[in-house]
Amino acid sequence: MTERSVAINSFGSKIGSLMKKNVPFVILIFLLILFSFIAPNFMTFGNIRTLVRQISFAGISAVGLMFVMISGGIDLSIGSQIVFSNVLLAIMLADWKFPVGLAIPLIMLVGTGLGLINGLLYIKLKIAPLIITLGTSAIFKGFGYIINHSRNIMGFPDSFRWFGQGYIGGIPVPVIVMVIVALIGSFILTKTYFGRKVFALGGNEEAARLAGVNVDRMKVILFMICGFVSSITTVLLLSRVFAGQTITGQGLEFDCLTAALLGGVSFKGGEGTIFGLMVGILIIGVLNNAMQLASFPDFSQTVVKGTVLLIAVAFDVYQKKRKAKVIVANTAS
Amino acid sequence: MDGKVVLSLQNITKRYPGVLALNNVSVDFLEGEVHALLGENGAGKSTLIKAVAGAIEIDSGTITINGHIFQKVTPHVSRSLGVEVIYQEFNLVPTLSVAENIYLCEKSPNSALYNADEFVKKASAVLAQFGVHIDPRAMVQDLSIADQQIVEIAKAVSKNVKILIMDEPSAPLSVSEVEMMFNIIRQLKARGVTVIYISHRLEEVFRISDRVTVLRDGCYITTLNTAETSRQELIKLMVGRELKESYPARKNPPGEIALEVKHLTGNGNRDISFTARAGEILGIAGLVGAGRTELAQLIFGAVPAEKGEILISGNTAQIHSPLDAIRHKIGFLTEDRKGQGLFLEMSVKWNIIFPILKNISKYGVVDTKKEDQIAGHYKDRINIKTPSLTQKVINLSGGNQQKVVLAKALAAESDILIFDEPTRGIDVGAKQEIYHLMTELADLGKTILMISSDMEELLGMSDRIIVMCEGRLAGEVQKENFDQHYILDLASGTN
Repeated sequence: MTERSVAINSFGSKIGSLMKKNVPFVILIFLLILFSFIAPNFMTFGNIRTLVRQISFAGISAVGLMFVMISGGIDLSIGSQIVFSNVLLAIMLADWKFPVGLAIPLIMLVGTGLGLINGLLYIKLKIAPLIITLGTSAIFKGFGYIINHSRNIMGFPDSFRWFGQGYIGGIPVPVIVMVIVALIGSFILTKTYFGRKVFALGGNEEAARLAGVNVDRMKVILFMICGFVSSITTVLLLSRVFAGQTITGQGLEFDCLTAALLGGVSFKGGEGTIFGLMVGILIIGVLNNAMQLASFPDFSQTVVKGTVLLIAVAFDVYQKKRKAKVIVANTAS
Repeated sequence: MDGKVVLSLQNITKRYPGVLALNNVSVDFLEGEVHALLGENGAGKSTLIKAVAGAIEIDSGTITINGHIFQKVTPHVSRSLGVEVIYQEFNLVPTLSVAENIYLCEKSPNSALYNADEFVKKASAVLAQFGVHIDPRAMVQDLSIADQQIVEIAKAVSKNVKILIMDEPSAPLSVSEVEMMFNIIRQLKARGVTVIYISHRLEEVFRISDRVTVLRDGCYITTLNTAETSRQELIKLMVGRELKESYPARKNPPGEIALEVKHLTGNGNRDISFTARAGEILGIAGLVGAGRTELAQLIFGAVPAEKGEILISGNTAQIHSPLDAIRHKIGFLTEDRKGQGLFLEMSVKWNIIFPILKNISKYGVVDTKKEDQIAGHYKDRINIKTPSLTQKVINLSGGNQQKVVLAKALAAESDILIFDEPTRGIDVGAKQEIYHLMTELADLGKTILMISSDMEELLGMSDRIIVMCEGRLAGEVQKENFDQHYILDLASGTN
């Protein structure tokens, strides 16, 4: 190799590593600037508040998904978990007249239980979680429809309205909950023993096992965390919509997954930061919002979302390949 | 011996990072001979056959196949000239039928469509030649290992094989199955096929081969007519080298028995019993596939034992998982550093600390100050060469990666350390450092089990050596009786 090409290469890799760390953030800033020029009513406090609240529900569930993804797994049943527990919570509040203080903890227990089901199936059947959660996704959603009886469940106590519709100091409650969940998630992942084990599992499962990690137990716990976190989303969503419908929550995992991949959470596990995830979530929020402001037809929005997901995956794969090249270069030298 | 040379290797050299795998090797193979390739682990046999098969590129030298001279052989060229290799890991598609495997990817000559019956007929004919009864419609995954191997041979024969290379073909076979394979080899030979036979089992070499070539440390030693040599001579040729490395002297003699293994069975091993003392380096010798790593996995709980007992300092230890073993202060430094030992994408510090995180966490929160302190301590103590503790392990050299694995085990304060091939793939300087560390640890009273295929280092480092052969303990050798020939003799099996 000539000196010049070496220089170009090292320059390229410097730019590359800088970009790699900040690409999602740069994209976010770029989108914000772009849309504030295109749409004059984009950069207003009211709109940004709406934007963030809209995406906060997916943002909360994404934190749970991220735990599973860093460990090398995936949960495609998030949306369906919410469909089921959303209807169940509506029934508890409207039909059974459970007090809010009882119904919410109960539904969190149920949500965690759905995660437990995923986790147990995963370790017992030893099939890729992609397939397991695809299956449970259909089951959870199906049960949601069954118990819903095609109704629009209404009649919740007014005290339940605050969670999805209230504000604290002008900031919507779901946004505050998202921030809290993200901070707790970040703390667990970066500061605790448990968090290290999550990364270990995704980084090298066999090495983790040989280092004494109870791999199966970890997998189950992670799916439970994912279920638990999504049960928080359930509460906020039902309170926001204030009617029990099977449509609530459907497909939510799509935004969660796209956000995670955009934010640098690797599909293969072992990598990811809450900061990146939140940037990913905001990118999706901005795109959704902008498309709505521009009154894009719904179907075109779906096309855009699918494209963004694939771009995010491609980005992930591209980084993996670059890394593989570095590894080869290292082992050869 | 006269005969037409069908395969001629001239001055083949192949260098891997840190090791000269083949050093100017020249051998001729004759038409219709069974030619055994002998050598210790790492002598260069596999590299040699890979060179012929075109699986690797050689650095220099020429390969002449049927009169065609090549400096670079590709798998395609090699096959088109009638070279077929049967590796230890079969290249069969388990979910396809025998016939489909034999004629994988071949087109029917008469029809654009795949004609199953035609291939079944052809496959039956090939198999019938060998006098074996295998249903060509049977799925490969339902066959015994021996039958699968015959399918491999049939596949080679169907391609009009001229030179058949077999890498340890007898390893998974029973005695009667080996007999059947020998019959097939003799038939092939009668047809003028050259068979290159790689085996660790010397008695097989004497039974089936016409000539035998010995390799040692990547060098060609000699080629002999099998009928004119002896087992003793071959062992001497395979070993015949002086001890080159220097090994650190030990200060303290071994103490009490720290580890006792009784009738341990499972993971392919049967009825293994031995003891190891505190402050002792116990070498575990054996050929590839003798079950050494498998034994380590049993002791460490990575694979649960079926039967047997493990006693630590005289007390029975229930070890059902690696976690149990770690609690009993056993450390396992795996041979496969990258696959099993390290988190490559994580930092040096992260890796060293991982097994002991629990001890330096309060309410589940990791004490990062202690983390830096401990990781720093071991980095200095064993001289891990890294720009910083936050460097990703993937960016370190093999030797330094191995030191990180060692630091992990040391940080966990293991009393019993199992080293599986601790110096494989690392350079001479790092090797010396690892030797010194192992000696130091033994002097501190740790029990060390050392698995190594490098006979020289095994003899140099061990206080005592146990020898394994085909999943059993073949013998135990005290330091005063250390002798390469004797150990290799035990390891080769003496049925």
